[in-house]
Amino acid sequence: MSTVILDKIVKRFGTFTAVHPTNLEIPEGTFLTLLGPSGCGKTTNLRMIAGLLDPTEGEIRIGGKSVNNVPIHKRNLGIVFQNYALFPHKSVADNVAFGLKYRNIPSSEIPGRVQKALDLVQLPDVGDRYPKALSGGQQQRIALARAIVIEPDVLLLDEPLSALDANLREDMRVELKRIQDQIGVTTVFVTHDQSEALAMSDQIVVMSAGRVEQVGTPEEVYNRPASEFVANFLGASNIIEGKCTGKDAETAALDVPVFGKVPVPADKAPHVSEGAAKLVLRAEKLLLMPQGADTTGMVTSEAVVETVDYQGQTVRYFIRAGDRQFQAINMIDGHPFAEGTTVTVGFRPIDCAGLPG
Amino acid sequence: MSVEAREARQPWILLAPAISAVTLLLLVPLIFIVVYSFWLRTATGADQVGFYLDNWQEALTDRFYRDILFSTLRIAAITTVVCALMGYPAAYFIARSRGNKVILLLLLMLPFWISYIIRTMSWINILGVSGALNTLLMSVGIIGEPINMLYNETTVILGLVHFLLPFMVLNVFVSLDGIDTNLEDAANSLGATKWQSFIQVTLPLSLPGLAAGGLLCFVLGAGTYITPLVLGGPRDAMFANLVFEAIITQLNWPLGSALSLMLLVVLGALVMIYNRYLGMAQLMKGLG
Repeated sequence: MSTVILDKIVKRFGTFTAVHPTNLEIPEGTFLTLLGPSGCGKTTNLRMIAGLLDPTEGEIRIGGKSVNNVPIHKRNLGIVFQNYALFPHKSVADNVAFGLKYRNIPSSEIPGRVQKALDLVQLPDVGDRYPKALSGGQQQRIALARAIVIEPDVLLLDEPLSALDANLREDMRVELKRIQDQIGVTTVFVTHDQSEALAMSDQIVVMSAGRVEQVGTPEEVYNRPASEFVANFLGASNIIEGKCTGKDAETAALDVPVFGKVPVPADKAPHVSEGAAKLVLRAEKLLLMPQGADTTGMVTSEAVVETVDYQGQTVRYFIRAGDRQFQAINMIDGHPFAEGTTVTVGFRPIDCAGLPG
Repeated sequence: MSVEAREARQPWILLAPAISAVTLLLLVPLIFIVVYSFWLRTATGADQVGFYLDNWQEALTDRFYRDILFSTLRIAAITTVVCALMGYPAAYFIARSRGNKVILLLLLMLPFWISYIIRTMSWINILGVSGALNTLLMSVGIIGEPINMLYNETTVILGLVHFLLPFMVLNVFVSLDGIDTNLEDAANSLGATKWQSFIQVTLPLSLPGLAAGGLLCFVLGAGTYITPLVLGGPRDAMFANLVFEAIITQLNWPLGSALSLMLLVVLGALVMIYNRYLGMAQLMKGLG
């Protein structure tokens, strides 16, 4: 278990810069997620920590020591790959034992440790089988067992869930988090799936085009997005351009079209100052109500329902208010509003965030 | 006719041309050869039709044939080992190179555009008494007189390696190319050095390709007669040369048939052993 530090890391491939100068500290025992769309540099960062790629500039430190010149086989890392990467010609037990053979571990201890790892991933009886005989989810558990049995300083997970079916993915998500909690290893998880990131992480690093957009806890990046990109990438948001008419310690007074004045809490608009500003309004915070409903404490407007995207528990509405379209995701009880209905839409200012314009 | 019946017939319709060709051009002549091998060539030069075991007795008991069979198998084995040692690194390089695999494979196939006989004879221009190598060595002053490098077992093996190396490279390449590169990364991350992960992971997973390439090299090498004819001396005849000699020179078809069947049985047995343990599918992959 170790702290991982990326110190002014840059990675270029020829003339293309995959990772712009990046500083990142991953405290010991943290589950940190690198989140972003494909091509944002998250996998490049992971591969540099792993030692599969050399940084063009900067230094990577694991447990206080620079590892720039330490080859991958001496870094003591556990890596789980998206496609499992189990050795097909070795039995499950031999797969799990693989890393132990390169460590000074008496061979009499190896079977016991392998069994312990298999128990931990809840597949105690498959040691004699070959990877091909296991399902995708089981193979991924074995890959995890193989990575953690060596007691790595850092566990690196490269989109380990994306090859799995949707249901299995959610089970594995819980499972993976449970195991990480149990062994307490510093973990770097790469994914493009925001719900995985929100559900599992202690810290999320949102990346875009080779740059870090925001670092924070799941609640922070979700509720206080630092940029328009973050606001849109984590869930659906309405970004309304307007202006800030005044800011004090408590609130930033934003003035936006359609809804008018919105007093956003100052700590949710840290970079906003007087002048142009943007209001971030989460789609699930924008509520549709029948006309005349009680809207105490809300900022409201009249709107017409344009499109209804029914999803069972929730429904996604596209509504038109004034000359603008907004997106709203509401829980429903009974029937959704019909297309063409005129409704009152509203939200609480404390649920909003502000961005500089 | 029902859909099922039509579908059941379809494979046979599609296979018919190939089956006819194999039957007419391979199976029927083979049956002729088997029949021939039991005839007898009389002193007058005519073939006596009947069921005689004389040719088989001669082929199986005469030490001359047995010795040449063994030396043929030895030459094929050495060729195969040399091809494997030279071909594996090349195949590994091609499989691991990014982007230009197609060009490298095309370069590998290039020699096939030139006749095998021409390629074999080109060694005479390189290694002959007035060939390129002797001329070079003499002009540099390393030797005063040209050395006779041609017409021995080494040049036969050299010619065979030249001919068979691409088959080895292709087969090993197909095998290596199918191995997920994450496996080596995974092995490295678990503590294995590059060499250890090659030995532990890549090499075992590429063995089917190596075996397929080896089988092809061995069978084609053991059945060759042009290379020893062009690059070998009088004592470097291989088994196929004996068949050639019996049939073309001596016009002794019955003996030649028996000898060729002997080689067929030996090589066929090898193919059967291969098929028993590794299956033909791998060989087909390499040829495709």
